Parts: sequence; C-alpha cells; structure tokens
Amino acid sequence: MSIDIVDRAASKDISRNKRSLSGTEQFWLTFKYIALSFLTLIAIAPIYIMVANSFKGITGVSQSAAWAFPLHPDFRAWGPVWENLRGSIGRTLFFVVQSSIISAIIGSINGFVFSKWKFRGSNVIFTTFLFGMFIPYQAIMIPLTQFNHWTHLTGSIYVLVFAHVIYGIPICTLIFRNYYAAIPNEIIEAGRVDGASMVRIFRTIILPLSIPCFVVVLIWQFTSAWNDFLFAIFLTGGSPKLSVATTALNFITGSGNQVYYGNNMTASLIVSIPTLIVYVFLGRYFLRGLLSGSLKG
Amino acid sequence: MIGWTINVSLGKKTNSYTTAKGYVGLKNFRGLFADPEFMHAFSNLLKFTGVFMLGTLISGLIMALLLEKGIKGEGFFRSIYLYPMAISFIAMGTSWRWLMDSARGDKATGLNKIFHLAHLDFLQSTWYSSEKGAMFAMALPAIWQMSGYIMALFLAGFRGIPDDLREAARVDGASEYKIYRHILFPQLSPTFLTVLIILGHISMKVFDLIYGISSKSYVTKVLAIYMWQVIFDYQNFAKGAAIAIIILLLIAIVVIPYLIYVVKTEEQK
Repeated sequence: MSIDIVDRAASKDISRNKRSLSGTEQFWLTFKYIALSFLTLIAIAPIYIMVANSFKGITGVSQSAAWAFPLHPDFRAWGPVWENLRGSIGRTLFFVVQSSIISAIIGSINGFVFSKWKFRGSNVIFTTFLFGMFIPYQAIMIPLTQFNHWTHLTGSIYVLVFAHVIYGIPICTLIFRNYYAAIPNEIIEAGRVDGASMVRIFRTIILPLSIPCFVVVLIWQFTSAWNDFLFAIFLTGGSPKLSVATTALNFITGSGNQVYYGNNMTASLIVSIPTLIVYVFLGRYFLRGLLSGSLKG
Repeated sequence: MIGWTINVSLGKKTNSYTTAKGYVGLKNFRGLFADPEFMHAFSNLLKFTGVFMLGTLISGLIMALLLEKGIKGEGFFRSIYLYPMAISFIAMGTSWRWLMDSARGDKATGLNKIFHLAHLDFLQSTWYSSEKGAMFAMALPAIWQMSGYIMALFLAGFRGIPDDLREAARVDGASEYKIYRHILFPQLSPTFLTVLIILGHISMKVFDLIYGISSKSYVTKVLAIYMWQVIFDYQNFAKGAAIAIIILLLIAIVVIPYLIYVVKTEEQK
C-alpha cells in the first residue's frame, strides 16, 4: 500500500543522510528545517488558540490577550460546557459507532465482490459506485428527508445512521477493494478447489485477513461521521432532542454568542477531542485511509 | 449489491423529486440564473475555488518537497501537517473566527495582532467581513485544513518513483532543479490530476467551513449556503433542489471522465 512506500523510503533515506554533508547540503538542510518549523507554527496556531483560551474562564480574558499562554489555568469554562454537551456527545458516539460498523461490513462484502468475483458489467457498476463518493451531500438531502418521512425514521437518531451508512458505502468499498486486490488469487483458487463456496471463502479466508483494513475503514468512517455537520443539521431539523456534537457546538458558538470566547473555545475543543485522540493513536491508519480513498494514491 | 441498489435508487429519487412538483420543466433553473443572489453565490464559489485550489496545491507541494528526500523527524512534521483533517470545520471555525477578527491597530486580535506586533501593519486585513477579498480570506482555513492531505498524496507520489531514475539523471550531470523539472514532475502527473479532482469537488460543495465561520453572511455566500437558505428560510424545495443539481453537475462534468479514465487504465494493467 502507498503508505508503506512512504515509510520504507523514508527510513532508507535517513540512513543515507548520515554521511558527512557538504557546505551547500548543510545550508539546504538548515533551510528545510526552518521552513518546516515555520509551517508547523502555522499548522498548530488555531489549535493552540483553542487550547489556550479554554483555560481562561468563561468569557476569556480581554480578546487582545488571547495569544498569551494561560499561566494561571482556569478550569471554570469546562464544567458548564461539558454539562451542556454531554448528551449530544453521547448521542454522537452512539450513532457514529453503529454507522461505521455497518458501512464497514457492507464495504468489505462489496469490495470482495468487486475485486475477486468479477462479472459482466462489474466495471460499470464499480464506476457508478466511485461516482457515489463524489456526490455532494446537497444532492441527496431532499430525497433523503422524504425517504425518512415515509419510513417514519424522522425524529430518531437512526436517520443519521442510515445517511452515513449509505454515504460511506462507496468509500468503504473502494478501500476494501484495493486491499483485496493485493491478496493473491491463488488463495481463492485453492479454496475453490477444496470445494468451498464463495461465501465460505469470504468468511473463513478473506475476513480474517482484513482486520487491518477494517481498522482503516472504521477510523475513516468514525472521523467523517463525527465531524459531519450538514447531514446532522439537515436531517435532525436542528431539533435539540437529536442534537449531535457538531450541531450542539454550532448552537453554542453560533452567531450571537461570540462574546464568550473562553466558553466557545472550550466547547470546540471538547468536540474535537475524540477525533484528535483517534488521530494521535491511530494516525498511521488514518493516513492510509486518506491515501487509499484517493483512488491512485 | 444491496449497496448498489440503494445508490441508484438515491440517484433516481434525486431527479424525480425536482420534477415531482407538477413538471415546471427547466423553469427553476432559468429562474436561478436570473437571480442576482444566486449569481453572487456562484461567483463567490468560483473565486473561492480558484484561491483554494491554487493555495492548497502550492502549500501541499512545498510541504511534500521539503519532506520528500527523507529528513529526521519526518513522521513528526507529517502528523502535524495532517492533523487538521481530523477536526471538524465547525470546531475550527471558532478559532478562525477569532484569528480573522477584523479589528485593527491597538484593538487588534488574532492575525491582525501578530501583524501589528511585527510592525507589518499593512498586512492587517478586514478578512471576511468586507466584500473585497472575503473569499480569499475564507480560503485560508480551507487551505490550512487540506494542505496536509495534498502533501500526503504528493509524498506518496514521490516515493512511488524509483530512485534509479534520479540516480541516472544525476550521473548524467543533471542539476537538482532539472531532475525535478524534467524527471520527477512529469512522473507525478497522475498525482496532480488526482489532487485537482479531489480539491475541485471538495470546493464545489463547501459548506461547513463557511457556515462555521460566518454563518449565512452575504459576502461569503456560496452555492451550498444559498441552497440551505432557500430550503430552510424560504421553504422553496424545488429551487433548493435545482441548486443541488447544479452543484452535482459541476462535479459530475469533471469527475465522470476522470473515473472512466481511472477504471480503464486499471483494466489495462
């Protein structure tokens, strides 16, 4: 997979760099580090602002001092904000976990069919699938609300489970297909010779091999469903009973409440923590999902 | 297979819903192009797309070039550049709203404050609150968020090129610049194409980011925001659906040929 290429090449090159460097090379290396550090500063500035200001009480100190480091951490903003968001975060966790698992399972079955069980027209169908990845949310929101209305899903959190499962299928299928494409056909042939059905081959041979891929897909789905705002606000109609992390956050930080910077930043931070934790601990899989989700990474 | 059926059925429903309201033909679409607010949102979107794509492409490429040869701490820098992808626009919007506060001089906050302190007052900007340059300001957070992703794509592209090519050119006496210009970049053209497609389609449907920062403000309105307003505030579903279809078409024009090309080349392998 692409990411493995990334890592392998990196480790090799580092060892090569160990020989003594000429003057110009030294200069370029220094230049590179300066440039990299500068970019790092830019990259972390917004999150720094968020963290720093969440420790400055509810209203924050004067706005112009917001760059300052919180020397005397003040946790007052955290309690009320957490109380405020707790319900929504729990609800988000509930639907995100379900939708990720369901779409991962469907994705693995589809991926298997597309990579190892070619049939007439499977390419056309696969292309259609891929296009599904690019369909903007906007284009299916109206029919989706209609559909939910018919099926009496409206008003329950399952509208979001359903939406994210549907939306997740193309990308999950793609990731699984690329993964399965690397599994040699001989394994499947061998299974067939032994008289196993395709379903059985899938269950006993392919599934145990796909654990890493499941991790990739689950993380990917988790992050995108957690961070989704458009579906959340559209399908729940902004009803507070169904608020999820992002909509609840928008309710707190939305226009009219802009004075309470400390409060807003804390809320934003709390909502970001779950995906950040996933990223910090499983970043390698996250990157892999990104790359294999881009067709020809 | 279940997935496919659902997928297609969704497509059908999309189309039938726009015509379900007693078949007004293309009236909704014609109405849109006569609607100054729609045209405003459309031109905003084009501006945003231009700045966003160019900016992200350049900064992602720079990051990849800096890291490409393998450097100590690469993993660290890579994860720092990529983390914005893991956070929602709605959450980051809070930070960016503050960073791009339009107050100037001694009252300045955010980025303006930094420029003020660095005696670069001429760089202070009204950011997204005035018509001029609003979409440029809006593109900044987007660039910030997506650059790491583009970096990862380019990095994977660079690493996919066999080292022998580089060595051979070096033996032939090519300068580093020439190696990039004539050997590495041509090899990367599929990556460039992928990057452009990904950025383009993200840009066309941008919503969260702008909604998170400036809500429904007029100066930063794009198609997705306008559609939202049309549906929720004006309750005009047919018009909203028409906007949605336009967004879909904008994406489809570019993406469908690309996908066919990708699947075909994969076939030949």
